[in-house]
Amino acid sequence: MEIPSVIGAGLAVIGAGIGIGMIGGKAMEAIARQPEAYGKIQTAMLIAAALIEGIGFAAIFAG
Amino acid sequence: MEKLVNDFSFGLFIWQIVLFLLLLFLLRKFAWKPILNAVEEREDGIKKALASAEDAKKEMQNVTADSEKLLKEARAEREAMMKEAREIKEKMIADSKEQAKVEGDKMIKQAQATIESEKKAAVAELKSQVAELSVSIAEKVIKEELSGKDKQLKLVEKMLDDIKLN
Amino acid sequence: MHRFLGNDILSNRPMTYTTKLICIVLLFVGNFALAKNDAQHSEAPKKDKKTEIKEYIEHHLQDSHDFSLFSSTDENGEVHHYGFPLPVILWDNGIKVFSSSKFHHGEELAEVDGNYYKLHHSKIYKTDASGTLNYDDSHGEHPTNVRPLDFSITKSVVMMLVTGLLLVWLFSSLARSYAKNGSVPKGIGRFFEPIVLYIRDDIAIANIGEKKYKKYMPFLLTVFFFIWFLNMFGLTPLGVNVTGNIAVTTALAVLVFLLTNFTGTKDYWKHIFDPLGDGMPWYGKMIIYIILVPIEILGLFIKPFALLIRLYANMTAGHVVLMSLIGLIFIFKSWVGGPLSFGLSFAISMIELLVALLQAYIFTMLAALYFGFASEEHDHDDEAELAHL
Repeated sequence: MEIPSVIGAGLAVIGAGIGIGMIGGKAMEAIARQPEAYGKIQTAMLIAAALIEGIGFAAIFAG
Repeated sequence: MEKLVNDFSFGLFIWQIVLFLLLLFLLRKFAWKPILNAVEEREDGIKKALASAEDAKKEMQNVTADSEKLLKEARAEREAMMKEAREIKEKMIADSKEQAKVEGDKMIKQAQATIESEKKAAVAELKSQVAELSVSIAEKVIKEELSGKDKQLKLVEKMLDDIKLN
Repeated sequence: MHRFLGNDILSNRPMTYTTKLICIVLLFVGNFALAKNDAQHSEAPKKDKKTEIKEYIEHHLQDSHDFSLFSSTDENGEVHHYGFPLPVILWDNGIKVFSSSKFHHGEELAEVDGNYYKLHHSKIYKTDASGTLNYDDSHGEHPTNVRPLDFSITKSVVMMLVTGLLLVWLFSSLARSYAKNGSVPKGIGRFFEPIVLYIRDDIAIANIGEKKYKKYMPFLLTVFFFIWFLNMFGLTPLGVNVTGNIAVTTALAVLVFLLTNFTGTKDYWKHIFDPLGDGMPWYGKMIIYIILVPIEILGLFIKPFALLIRLYANMTAGHVVLMSLIGLIFIFKSWVGGPLSFGLSFAISMIELLVALLQAYIFTMLAALYFGFASEEHDHDDEAELAHL
């Protein structure tokens, strides 16, 4: 039985979602620990989130 | 992916590139350059103003320090002058005291000398008067004593006795 | 403005893109035209309604050849379109220019210089006189007919022109106000100046560096405001979806790619072709480079590709979600479903406002980051370390 590609895409998006969630959470912890490094943490967080987001989209379009 | 390729419109792509480059050119010339230059100028102006304010503050501090120093010097000078004046005054007083003492001493000495000489003169006069007096007394006494021949002989005899004794 | 007799709205022909706008207009104006239409066809199966909305959204996501504001259906089932046609420019053995009104919203063939063109799913195909489309597969989705090169002034092109003019007017007047008021912005400039400064200080200088950021500033500012404004226009009931169009985002990404690689320094290319430098003898490097260099070269293309996919997918997804939620109103048709989907779509609209700004920011930020890599000059600081991620 063939698994529909949509399910695969959904799984990939779940993974990406968890990943971005972890990035956001860790970034908040980092900001709480070092509020003065807010700008740098935010930039790094957005870049990492954007990269993972790209994987999510790739999965959606592949699916 | 197939959908993406299918949706891709080459015409729109070309339009977008052309329009965007045109927009970039126009905005760069008429908006971004003037805006960024103006902002930079303003920031420079602010920086300069802050720097000059800082300079002025320093200047101010220098001036205050200077005036304080001057004030201190003036005060010290005044103090010194007062001290000097006091010293002079004290010296003057001391000097005059000394002088007065010396003068007094001198006067006293003079007075004493005068008194001494007066005294001497008085004593001398007294002596001479006493001598005269005593001579006249003695004259009178002798006149009296030697008024009779008996008395004269007796005295001579007595005197001769005294001499024998010697 | 033109009107024509509409076919059954539930038939299989492609939905007019304007119909989706009815929903939005209905939502905001309270017009009951579509509701009346629903009443007429209440006996139609529910699946048709869903297919209708789905097609409708698909249609909205595509570019179109005329600019229609909304359409409505009267008591007789006639569909009225309100809007204006746009010029169609085709390259088919010579330039062919004609008005899109010739297509009558895809219902009629346009005959120009003896050639017949048909508008099908917002794409123009060359057909025979009877307008037959040939399909190579059973799905019947992609006709095999010849597609002439289409340089039409489409709805997206019009919106880009409008946005461009708006930007030029807005920022050149802001620039002039500086000269007049002695370097102090006035009015709307007070809102835009901090954004310009943010892009300069926190995007350009932070990612490119104090020395070289000036060269890239015009591009970054233009790209930011262009994307942001178009994203915002996409949320208005005008029904445009410019930044959610793959061709538009591709063009932007191509420009970023070209700018990155044409301004790349020696260190940038060295980083790609000789990342280890003198740290290893050549025979050792050879083995690693067989794997490493292709990856680095692939990365050159993946970076802008991710850029274009991200913007396209975010805007498309936003539009799909928003319109699906609005469409739910017409599926539920109940006192509960209506307000619920209205509330949801309102909330999503608010999020989309944020996304519109965030996507413009991310695009600009990543573009600046790539420019930063390209112009790095052997000072391996934090930014440069990120390049290895």
